Amino acid sequence: MVALKVSVQLEDFSAQEEEKCLLSDRRDIGALISFIGLCRDEEPPLSALELEHYPGMAEAEIAAVAKEASLRWPIFGATIIHRYGMIKPGAQIVLTLVAAAHREAAFASAQFIMDYLKTRAPFWKKRHFSDGTEGDWVAPKIEDDLALDRWLETKPPLP
Amino acid sequence: MKAVYFAWVRERIGLAEEELSLPEEVKTVSELVDWLVARGEGYALAFENRQSIRAAIDKRHASAHSLIASAREIAFFPPMTGG
Repeated sequence: MVALKVSVQLEDFSAQEEEKCLLSDRRDIGALISFIGLCRDEEPPLSALELEHYPGMAEAEIAAVAKEASLRWPIFGATIIHRYGMIKPGAQIVLTLVAAAHREAAFASAQFIMDYLKTRAPFWKKRHFSDGTEGDWVAPKIEDDLALDRWLETKPPLP
Repeated sequence: MKAVYFAWVRERIGLAEEELSLPEEVKTVSELVDWLVARGEGYALAFENRQSIRAAIDKRHASAHSLIASAREIAFFPPMTGG
């Protein structure tokens, strides 16, 4: 039984709390990977990144990616939290935790989850600048699509 | 059928969602885009570069050829930039 937790939320999260919850006094976990994606400031400086999402589909897509990771690697559990709303530079946007017996499965599945989440989960970022000028939508990076290619060599992509 | 729009697709169309009554000949996502584009300037602007628009049918990713016959909700949005 793999424990998969997905949350799409306005509120901030605590990686320490989520880690404790995922480990839940188990003694067979040998590796825990924690990835936190933060709002990075840019030039010109940002007042915030606005995260828009498609309610329902966002949760479903993240859950599908987590499930696929659990089928590809022997992991015990994963917790994925993605925020939406106005997020200030330095604040947390996304958390991915993966617990496994060994580090190989934990590292690989955490990276797989982030690579797929970026291109499949319906979230969009809009920049708001600190000088009050009209923001613009963040364009997708070609590297994000290329990052998926490494996972296609061994197994077919998600439907 | 309900149509929902996100990010700059929503901004260009000027609506977050609307109810559509489609003529029978509109059967695929691609034909729906043709039909929407003919409705006005905002739609034409939103879909001016069709390769950059993604669609979902009932909250699942869809392609230009996907059939919309039994769809309750169809969504249009730009490539995703989460994470």
